[in-house]
Amino acid sequence: MTGSPLIEVEDLSIDLDDGSRRVPAAEGISFRIDRGETFGLVGESGCGKSITALALIGLLRPPLSVSGGVIRFEGREIQRLSAAAQRSLRGNRIAMIFQEPMTALNPVSPVGRQIAEMFVLHKGKSWREANQLAVESLASVRVPAPERRVKDYPHQLSGGMRQRVMIAIALACGPDLLIADEPTTALDVTVQAEIIELMRNLCAERGTAILMISHDLGLVANVCRRVAVMYAGRIVEERSSADIFRAPSHPYTQGLVDSLPRLGSRAALGRSRLKEIAGVVPAITNFPDGCRFNPRCAQATDICRTAAPKTDLLDAGGLVRCHHHA
Amino acid sequence: MKLRANLVIGGSLFALAIIVGLLAPWLAHTDPVMDANLMNAEEPPSWTWWFGTDGQGRDIYSRVVYGARISLTVGIVSQLINSIIGVGLGLSAGYFGGWWDDVVNALTNLMLAIPSLIFALAIMAVLGPGLTSLLIALGLTNWSFTCRLARASALSLRNQGYVQAATVLGYGDLRIMITQLLPNMLGPIVVIGTLGMGSAVLSEAALSFLGLGVRPPFPSWGSMLSEARDQITTAPWLSVFPGLAIFLTVLGLNLLGDGLRDILDPQSRSRRT
Amino acid sequence: MLSFLIRRILQTIPTVLAVVLLVFVLFSVVPGSIVSTMSDDSDPQVELRMKKQLGLDQPVYMRFGVYVARLATGDLGASFRTREPVTTMIAKRAWPTLQLIFASMAFAVLLGVPLGFIAALRPGSLVDTVSMVLAVSGLSLAKFWLGLLLMYLFALRLGWLPSFGYGDGSLKYLILPAVTLGVSPMALLARTTRAAVLEIMTADFVRTARSKGMSETRVVKWHVMRNALVLILTTMGLQFGALMGQAVVVEKLFSWPGIGSLLVDSVLQRGIPAVQGSILVVVLFFLAINLLIDVLYGVIDPRIRYA
Repeated sequence: MTGSPLIEVEDLSIDLDDGSRRVPAAEGISFRIDRGETFGLVGESGCGKSITALALIGLLRPPLSVSGGVIRFEGREIQRLSAAAQRSLRGNRIAMIFQEPMTALNPVSPVGRQIAEMFVLHKGKSWREANQLAVESLASVRVPAPERRVKDYPHQLSGGMRQRVMIAIALACGPDLLIADEPTTALDVTVQAEIIELMRNLCAERGTAILMISHDLGLVANVCRRVAVMYAGRIVEERSSADIFRAPSHPYTQGLVDSLPRLGSRAALGRSRLKEIAGVVPAITNFPDGCRFNPRCAQATDICRTAAPKTDLLDAGGLVRCHHHA
Repeated sequence: MKLRANLVIGGSLFALAIIVGLLAPWLAHTDPVMDANLMNAEEPPSWTWWFGTDGQGRDIYSRVVYGARISLTVGIVSQLINSIIGVGLGLSAGYFGGWWDDVVNALTNLMLAIPSLIFALAIMAVLGPGLTSLLIALGLTNWSFTCRLARASALSLRNQGYVQAATVLGYGDLRIMITQLLPNMLGPIVVIGTLGMGSAVLSEAALSFLGLGVRPPFPSWGSMLSEARDQITTAPWLSVFPGLAIFLTVLGLNLLGDGLRDILDPQSRSRRT
Repeated sequence: MLSFLIRRILQTIPTVLAVVLLVFVLFSVVPGSIVSTMSDDSDPQVELRMKKQLGLDQPVYMRFGVYVARLATGDLGASFRTREPVTTMIAKRAWPTLQLIFASMAFAVLLGVPLGFIAALRPGSLVDTVSMVLAVSGLSLAKFWLGLLLMYLFALRLGWLPSFGYGDGSLKYLILPAVTLGVSPMALLARTTRAAVLEIMTADFVRTARSKGMSETRVVKWHVMRNALVLILTTMGLQFGALMGQAVVVEKLFSWPGIGSLLVDSVLQRGIPAVQGSILVVVLFFLAINLLIDVLYGVIDPRIRYA
């Protein structure tokens, strides 16, 4: 973690405005990703991981908005850039793939055209050249017979093929950062491993950093070098993937690790979903005082119910937000 | 905010039309049919003749006030007939399915193939002009949307747990349809009904304008405009007020329908931002 | 594509037959003797002779058989009064009606669709509010009232346009009737377009498009428009039906020599064959338009193609 980071998030907060009041959906989010690095964001649905990703790429839409903090890309504050400058980063330098390959592609546009758009938008190509490049992009994500497939519409492709198309779109302009939001959750189990492999290999070849978002700690740890665990709008622990399994520090992370089958076996690829930890995830409008995990935490004491824990540096490397961390 | 504005403005306009219709004998200055006096023919609007007078010296204000009765009667009653037919056919078709469903579907498709105003016109041609004919003609020709909606919701509700539970408990078909299915589709049907009333008012005016609705001298807004057309060069004000009355009444119903949709039809509400 | 077309045409045949039956039953069975409503002269001898002459002494089912047989050859009967074939009467009036219908639809689409787009792209803005208030007002107007007002203003007051009639068939005669007829489909298209665009703007693929770094204008042009078109077309198809109905009123108001005014005049004069013929032609036209729209669906949305 030396040198200038590719992207740096500092104390980011995101508010949800439900018309009558604003509630924080995520707050105090800080992390950095270096060039070519792989970083994972893990948590249950509603913990704020996806909206954090959308904030990075500037796609938050009302009722959600960034209410504080800084996002720096190559040292430049993204929020201060003009709308046009932000757009020239989006897709070009920072790309994103989404969970639902079914609905993330335009149903009435051929997939080749949807890839070709990237070259027209960011590389100043004509449609003719762009269509040619689209065939190459499809070939690079190992879609067979790409010159015929470019004319297909999304409904003519399988889920796995569609996600390959999404990857082709995202990597078309050779971005520095790829944000992958649950990229395989909607796919068949057999296809998941292929897609993950493809994504990881292509990014490694091109030196593209990955920010991977998932509810699946096993999967994320398998792909990423470092992992941050989010709970109820906050990052509770950030560690290297190896450490997080060997010695999870936050009680919530411990719960996550314990609920995985074949503990510590990274080769297991952690296909299973997270088992619920006792209790329920608090609603966004109703976060508990103090440490937000305290109602579900076996180790909670009085201080956990009144004071929000600060982020501590761990001697072994990493960060944790807990009054009683190991 | 806009949601409230729809309801408030629409509701007020509709309520106003109803009050005017109910209180017509007290609000009108003269008898709308009998008080013709050629001495006062074609008077422009003034303090004495609020909306002016027509070629026979009748007070337009009084005729517009009485016209509310015909418009609203036709609008409300014919739409009620449509709703009853539509719900009856659609609900039973969705609930029973089978050949009955096919019959209702074919009937609905037939209705959709003939433009409803032309169908109504054909029925008026057969029955002859008059209020009853209007109620029948407009009441039989605009139920296809209600029917489709009722059928679709009956289809989706039929397999819900509580409906199946009612079947197991030995409830009769009619009872299940009325107590279990109907309340769950009422919202959208009321919305369609409100909007349908507006189009019935417009259709009545159109048919009367063509001389196929309420016969002169009875004051229908449509037939008043038909007379006004021939005098548009000499008495343009004749063309203004009956049309304005139609506009405000139908606008009220359309706004009310939109407002009700926002409240009663959550599916379309989520579509609005 | 061809087999799809043929199948769709075959599917409309039952509807056409049902309409033929309906129109026949409505006018041949219900009102009793057509001849007696036709002539004030109620001499039973004359009536009987006329009935024979018109074939009305035959039983109903025979008459229906003859009617359908003649229809199959394109013979819609002849006016009881003038003996002019209805087919000729309609043929003379088809072109003005087509002109009117397509001109109003063009007016409605060219104004309504952009208005809906503009409103949807700035929801809650002044433009949005104003155009939606205008749209709901447009839907609440009686067509002939609007026509009267336009006629008064542009023809009688300003003298810019002729007040009524077909004239020499030039464009200036078409403008007022077409605008009058086009206002409510325009209003409806504006509303539908707005709703469609608002809904599409929340779709996942729009988020994907934004994530590519597209400007909102490009997102709309490249991804929203084509998807909205499907919903817009549906509304257009339905509106053609309403337009055919309203055309009757507008043609009558502007003395436009189309099928609509033929229908009204025939109804008022109890010219049954012409009424039946006009209704049939209107329904056939409406079905043809809907067929065309179904074909267009396939062109726009690949998921529907050849289905």
